[in-house]
Amino acid sequence: MQEIKVYGVWGSPFSRRVEIALKMKGVEYEFIEEDLENKSDELLMYNPVHKKIPVLVHNGKPVVESSLIMEYIDETWKQNALLPTDPYDRAQVRFWAKFIDDKIMASVGAALLSKGGDISKAKEEMQELLTVLESEITKNKLFGGDKVSFLDIIGLFVAYWVPIVQDILGNHVLTRDKFPGIYEWADVLLDDAFIKKNLPDKDKLIPILRSRFGVKP
Amino acid sequence: MGDEVEVRVHGMWASTYSKRVELALKIKGIPYEYVEEDLMNKSQALLEYNPIHKKVPVLVHNGKPIVESLVILEYIDEVWPDHAPRLLPRDPVDRARVRFWSGFLQNQLLESVLKLVMSSGEEQEKALDELHEKMTIMEQEMGDIIPKDISSIQSKSLGLLDIQVICTLGAYKAHEQVLGVKILDPHKHSLIYAWVNAMMDLPMIKEITPPHDNVVNFIQMIFKINPSA
Repeated sequence: MQEIKVYGVWGSPFSRRVEIALKMKGVEYEFIEEDLENKSDELLMYNPVHKKIPVLVHNGKPVVESSLIMEYIDETWKQNALLPTDPYDRAQVRFWAKFIDDKIMASVGAALLSKGGDISKAKEEMQELLTVLESEITKNKLFGGDKVSFLDIIGLFVAYWVPIVQDILGNHVLTRDKFPGIYEWADVLLDDAFIKKNLPDKDKLIPILRSRFGVKP
Repeated sequence: MGDEVEVRVHGMWASTYSKRVELALKIKGIPYEYVEEDLMNKSQALLEYNPIHKKVPVLVHNGKPIVESLVILEYIDEVWPDHAPRLLPRDPVDRARVRFWSGFLQNQLLESVLKLVMSSGEEQEKALDELHEKMTIMEQEMGDIIPKDISSIQSKSLGLLDIQVICTLGAYKAHEQVLGVKILDPHKHSLIYAWVNAMMDLPMIKEITPPHDNVVNFIQMIFKINPSA
């Protein structure tokens, strides 16, 4: 009997990645909602170094960091592969996953969320990085072609969360007219029945993010 | 420079990232052609192979480029699975653990080393403390990933994390000389101290390690540190 637990937070793009990956493979799991102001003993035990969600615990063994958890899930449950089989293609996916997680995400934080520093420079940087991503997108397709794949799941942060955060903060860098390719990809991705079902509802998410960013309703 | 050569690496002798790739290929016994890049005057080939980041290292395999050192190392492990040693273990939980520590060594340890070299005075003291904190975390949490029996360390047993540690801390003596600080203290971090020195003593690693003085000069030049300060 397999025991699979996911420690996460309802509105977090990172714990959604893990849940979506497990669901795509038809793997059942128990979700444990963490209060980030009051982290559970289990979370601190399973992720002593960073003390962050998400954590996947499989038969008592923890795996941390959302993209690493996704690789673990793909290696453990082989049905509905998330990554391509060819090593070169896998290297391309890993390159772009790092690009989104290491570069784009950091720039989003600096450009949209930070109070200090050079905001205009940060916005310029975010724009440049999105331009690079734009060049990688193929018209009317997902990163996985016709089906949702590893990179699409990683990219949900850009497709779903960034536009919502931009609206809340009134600060828009990623726009449809400047980045038609990214928006087309996002449209296809967010229209996918399975993905739609597994994203946090906007109406519930917005007030949570508002309070997180200290924005008055 | 045609595509008759199966494996080519575009690198730079003092680059920690470039060294990772060379080490991985050498350890696995995969022959390759090496192209030294002048980072002030990058080759057309490099700019074509890595148009987004324009950086070394690039691995070119049968004409196709792969970039980002850690992505390259996973690629090497997947393409040459029968060339021992495996850079990553087989078991998925262990693989996830190795990837986690790989990220830590990259984002936390290496970042601290870079901060240390780029700062001075009080800033540098803070950076050194930070670096030592990371090393303490490693010793406390890495468990059996850090070899306890250093006599067991041989080039055919090295993996991804060993490679990263060699490339990040291997030149610690040169850093200590230039900066006048103690980076690796056998009393503070005995496990890491033993691990690093055992690996740097391996004949294959010695072969690929640039001469101490070259590294010292490089650190001084790049970060414009006055050697007589």
